[in-house]
Amino acid sequence: MAVELDVFVGNTTIMDEEVYQLWLDGYTVNDAVKVRMEGGVLEEFEASADVLLSDTMDQYRTFQMCERLLHSPAKLANQLLFQIPPHRQAILIERYYAFDDAFVREVLGKKLSKGTKKDLDDISAKTSVTLKSCRRQFDNFKRVFKVVEELKGPLVENIRQHFLLSDKLARDYAAIVFFANNRFETGKRKLQYLTFQDFAFCAGQLINSWTIGAVDNMVEDMDVDLDKEFLQELKELKILITDKDLLDQHKSLVCTALRGKTKAFNEMEARANFKAFAFETFIEPCRSDRWTASDMRLYLTHYTNSAHILDTFKHQVVWDRYMGVIKSCIFKMYHD
Amino acid sequence: MPGKLKAKIVAGRHLPVMDRASDLTDAFVEVKFGNTTFKTDVCPKSLNPQWNSEWFKFEVDDEDLQDEPLQITVLDHDTYSANDAIGKVYIDIDPLLCSEAASVISGWFPIYDTIHGIRGEINVLVKVELFNDLNRFRQSSCGVKFFCTTSIPRCYRAAMVHGFVEELVVNEDPEYQWIDRIRTPRASNEARQRLISLMSGELQRKIGLKVLEMGGNAVVGYLQCFDLEGESGLVVRAIGTACTLDKLSSGSAPNTNTHVHPNTAPASNACNSPSKDGKEPVFGEDLPSFSGPPTPFRALPTSSSSPPPFSPSKPCSRQSSSSDTDLSLTPKTEEPLPVRCRPGIFLCPSSPTLSTDTLSLPGSGSVGCGHGSAPRATTPPPHSSVRSDSALLRKSVSFTEDLLLAASGMGSGGSAGKEAGPLKTLLRQQTQTALEQREFPFFTLTSFPPGFLVHVGGVVSARSVKLLDRIHNPDEPETRDAWWEEIRQEIKSHAKALGCHAVVGYSESTSICEEVCILSASGTAAILNPRYMREGCLDIGSTDHRFEEPSPPSCGFCHIPYDELNMPFPAQLTYCYHCRRQKVPDVLFTTIDMPPEAAVTGKGCLIQARLCRLKKKAQGEVNATAISNLLPFMEYELHTQLMNKLKLRSMNALFGLHIQISVGENMLLGLASATGVYLTALPAPGGIQIAGKTPGDLSNEHHILTIQKRINDTITKNKELYQINPPELTEEVVGSPIPEPRQRSRLFRSHSESSDELSELDLSHGKKDAFVLEIDDTDAVEDIHSLLTDAPPPTGFYSCNTEIMPGIYNWTTGVQMFTSVRVFRLSNANLTNQGLNKIFTDLCENLLKSFYFKLRSMIPCCLCHLNFTVAVPEEELIQVAVTAVAMTFDKDQTQEKPADKPVTKGCSETEEQLQFPLELCADSSSITTQTSSKISGVPESTNVSPRVSSLERSSPLPEGRSRSLRSNRSFGGSSVPVVKMTPLSFLPGTRIIKYLGIINMFFIRETTSLREEGGVSGFLHSFIAEVFAMVRAHVAALGGNAVVSYSMKECVLMENPNKNQAQCLINVSGDAVICVIETDQESMPSTINVVQTCSSGADGAT
Repeated sequence: MAVELDVFVGNTTIMDEEVYQLWLDGYTVNDAVKVRMEGGVLEEFEASADVLLSDTMDQYRTFQMCERLLHSPAKLANQLLFQIPPHRQAILIERYYAFDDAFVREVLGKKLSKGTKKDLDDISAKTSVTLKSCRRQFDNFKRVFKVVEELKGPLVENIRQHFLLSDKLARDYAAIVFFANNRFETGKRKLQYLTFQDFAFCAGQLINSWTIGAVDNMVEDMDVDLDKEFLQELKELKILITDKDLLDQHKSLVCTALRGKTKAFNEMEARANFKAFAFETFIEPCRSDRWTASDMRLYLTHYTNSAHILDTFKHQVVWDRYMGVIKSCIFKMYHD
Repeated sequence: MPGKLKAKIVAGRHLPVMDRASDLTDAFVEVKFGNTTFKTDVCPKSLNPQWNSEWFKFEVDDEDLQDEPLQITVLDHDTYSANDAIGKVYIDIDPLLCSEAASVISGWFPIYDTIHGIRGEINVLVKVELFNDLNRFRQSSCGVKFFCTTSIPRCYRAAMVHGFVEELVVNEDPEYQWIDRIRTPRASNEARQRLISLMSGELQRKIGLKVLEMGGNAVVGYLQCFDLEGESGLVVRAIGTACTLDKLSSGSAPNTNTHVHPNTAPASNACNSPSKDGKEPVFGEDLPSFSGPPTPFRALPTSSSSPPPFSPSKPCSRQSSSSDTDLSLTPKTEEPLPVRCRPGIFLCPSSPTLSTDTLSLPGSGSVGCGHGSAPRATTPPPHSSVRSDSALLRKSVSFTEDLLLAASGMGSGGSAGKEAGPLKTLLRQQTQTALEQREFPFFTLTSFPPGFLVHVGGVVSARSVKLLDRIHNPDEPETRDAWWEEIRQEIKSHAKALGCHAVVGYSESTSICEEVCILSASGTAAILNPRYMREGCLDIGSTDHRFEEPSPPSCGFCHIPYDELNMPFPAQLTYCYHCRRQKVPDVLFTTIDMPPEAAVTGKGCLIQARLCRLKKKAQGEVNATAISNLLPFMEYELHTQLMNKLKLRSMNALFGLHIQISVGENMLLGLASATGVYLTALPAPGGIQIAGKTPGDLSNEHHILTIQKRINDTITKNKELYQINPPELTEEVVGSPIPEPRQRSRLFRSHSESSDELSELDLSHGKKDAFVLEIDDTDAVEDIHSLLTDAPPPTGFYSCNTEIMPGIYNWTTGVQMFTSVRVFRLSNANLTNQGLNKIFTDLCENLLKSFYFKLRSMIPCCLCHLNFTVAVPEEELIQVAVTAVAMTFDKDQTQEKPADKPVTKGCSETEEQLQFPLELCADSSSITTQTSSKISGVPESTNVSPRVSSLERSSPLPEGRSRSLRSNRSFGGSSVPVVKMTPLSFLPGTRIIKYLGIINMFFIRETTSLREEGGVSGFLHSFIAEVFAMVRAHVAALGGNAVVSYSMKECVLMENPNKNQAQCLINVSGDAVICVIETDQESMPSTINVVQTCSSGADGAT
């Protein structure tokens, strides 16, 4: 004795947001039923476990059928199979493309390849995000990556238009694409304390200022690849370090400006002579020296401004483009 | 050469990848109508091809236009091998043939493949140019409107209700042709889909012809069904009610007085009687050429048994010979009928009365005409002159009265009583003559214009078991026609026995298992107002008051139509609790919707009786005999269950009663659904009293007491739940009990106006007469337990199977239509009837519980029009399919019944022309040109579709259309128009401004990768979703934004999990409409006057 077939189809597709989330999170039907039972739907609405199971199965089936459409969200709006009110469509898409910070932190900067996909079970174990959900998220990254890879125009806007995502989510995806494309290592131990949002912010900064798109907005990959010319120009900034005079001059200017304003002056002074800012060589020591955030802000501001005072320093524009990003990134990354 | 069909293929989108190498598709389209095919160019390497083809033109007969669908096939071009079909779209162009319906079909259609389902969409434009057809010998019936809605459609007025039309066509089922062995499943499915589409078209055309003959211009309550008989063929049959409808418009509304009132023209009554010569008046007005000498028209054989030759395009279809006007049934009765057994059942108010025919095997009985089978009656009643073949049936469960034979009085409605002045009597007699001239005074309508329904007698039904493999000439429709003829005759005689001259809420159905087929018909015996049968009646308001008695009181329909001295069955009569002048029965069962003017106490609820009966597996006659022997018992038990459940809820009337008996190899399933209410006019039901068989047994006594207590508690609880607090009547004037009903019923009807004499014998009002249930064995205990297990719907939910819930009047706009299917596999063969019953009951109850749970976000809400269909697809499977709509309502005002309520349904129209947008495009001009060719009566000014800006969310047609044409790739936003669907005839909060035509679609889906598609559930889930999508797309393409009166007539699922295969057939139908949100300002001006004029009678109810 068993229910051999059990379907429920509404003219307007019925979707329970709670069940959708469970489905996205990769719960099996039975687990989802358990969670729902614990959630108290039953008491709230005198239903039996059978009813809950039947409902969950129905919803899961619906979501599975929708999944194909969610892969190209634009289709969801003009497909005929499911009648879903527009605001619901938006929720469906947004939720489908949402990801776990814990998961993305693991994948960020890695190549979105088959190899990485094979490691998903490790990531799943590590982050306690179900493998199913990991796969979905990974596939989403990959899908977005593939689509925008070949598109012209601003990255964030492309993602937003093609996947009908909110601005916030589109920016996050832009960051993911940016990192994946540039393979910035984010997995190092010293970087572990940084959240995805920190990186996303930095990526945003980099995209806005350092990519080709920042100067020319009609090139392919414009927001994904860093501006090569700019990188070349950066080399010229080395003059600040290589040129002994300039270095000393700069250093003293910074030190003068900072004198008396902070207790941590001594350390700052020590650090005033560095090459290009790199994470390990700057933030990390600062952290270990327990600079406060305001100290850091102060220091960087003066560091930037002082360079302008240097008469012999000819690369003001590049310097600003460089330091602007560095400054904001460091501010963002400088936390516990 | 009366028509030119034009089609244009615009574009495609979301096509599947057909070429794996390039991940693209080289698509082109074939457009086929009849035997003509056109092709578009190949649009290479695109999944979103733009064809923008020229107009493909087909010059065709309008007969073909009615029968044939336009067939669009999308293919993938392949240079080296055969082109691969992507899928097809069948477009029924019938809506374009009626000037009042759609003018153009334009939109995105899902491309459907019977193996793969929906594969992308195609944008198509279709137009029809119709030329005037003045040929009287024509075979087409273009212009006749069809409605699934079982009431007068909202924006029409019934000028005349002509009556019953039916038709039946038979063909060989392609699935059973020899060629099926060598062709692919896809080819076979497509052949079937196409054939059924053709047959439905043909059926509709023929029914249309009958309607034209009768002088009507529309079919309302059109019910079309398929019988998949298997080897013996595929039957498509339809019934409906022919009407003459006038479109309501500001122009035509006030002219109601111009119609000839029935009283002033009684003579016209006779000549307008159906189908004899009633055609002239209606035709004559618009088409002068029609009003010539009627002889040639008459010369056309009204019995279509010798039809003019068909066009060669469909040689395979055969025509039914049964026309409504054809009384000579000689060809049919000459056929030796293999098995004739016609258990006929009355479901009468009060106590069940059963009559059954015996099974007369060939040779044994006099197999001549339909009436002579040997009576099996145990105690043939002395007065059985009417129906000698009735049988008395007894059962151990006893009611207060013994069961009595039903067929007694000929009742010509003599119980008119006090309110009957001489005028009324005259009218009634006229009606009767008018109705009696009809072969079948049946009406498929379930709700009626005010005043139409005078009295309701009770439910009449008839069933008959037939053997399909005995059909002498299976390719011809005669045998089936004869079968149905027989059943209809029986229904007619049942109605007569109830003193009624008409049957309303009439429907027919079949259940087939292997070679056995159960034919069923049921309806509600009623007395109708004669005015509606005649020309120019049905005027809402004004005329009502000039002649007749002030429009009938809201309780009028409850009054008994039969003679109380000669009741057809034992019933307890009382004086009506509302008007106190007429007699009413203690319980009323009907198949119709509750009349809007009826006064109810509290709310109603869904009441279901469920029953399983095992039977031995058998073949042929033995099987048929076994089934027909079981049928009366099943009917009886279902009826008992219904009665018990009704009492348990403290209600006294059932509406929308639908009893389905489904046959399987080893069991019969019976499901009766109805909506119970407490009619204020009827007496309060007595309780249920439990009686033990063996008094003295202490434990037993105790047991009975506890049960009794539970029952009483349940009744109290239900009263509270359904808010049933009838006003306690202070004094009971009516009192003396009628003498032994048994004797009474044997009296011949004496033509006395008995109720005039106040001191006359009267019935005990029966209030405290408890209904006695006897517990004599475990079965009875089980029965009572099952009685108590029906869980009431959770708080905030109501459910009913009628259009709307009696007692709820303030619907809000939330609407969710759904279809749910469950199949239950019985684990082992060692099941008892008891066990089966429990399983079946649980299955139904759990389904309801699931609905409540799923729709909990809509609370407060009511599940309306819950339509359960049961089937036994295989030996150990039980299938239940449900289609219903959940509608929200405003909780705060549920008690009040707004005065304008019955009116908003009918007739608000004046403001339609207020807003004509400037872009009255080519479409509307083509409408106006078409109006010249239409054949309806009243000249109309509103044929140009009126548009109101406030279309709900979806856009009205012109906008939607132009958008879809111009920007095919509009991303974002909702480019798909919202189409609402409902099984009801209306959408709450909206007003239907236009009917665009009937939707009648048949789909087959098959899979050979069942597991991959998610098992049977996944398979069916996506199929149902696809069917919805295709219905919505067709409606949107017609320019509509809703489907009303939607129903899923058929859902046949066959599976073979071992082979990883499944096949499913679904048939759906409904009316495509444009509706607009009803705002207060809009509805005000037009309704006020009508409220004043026509609903004064109804006011008395509240």
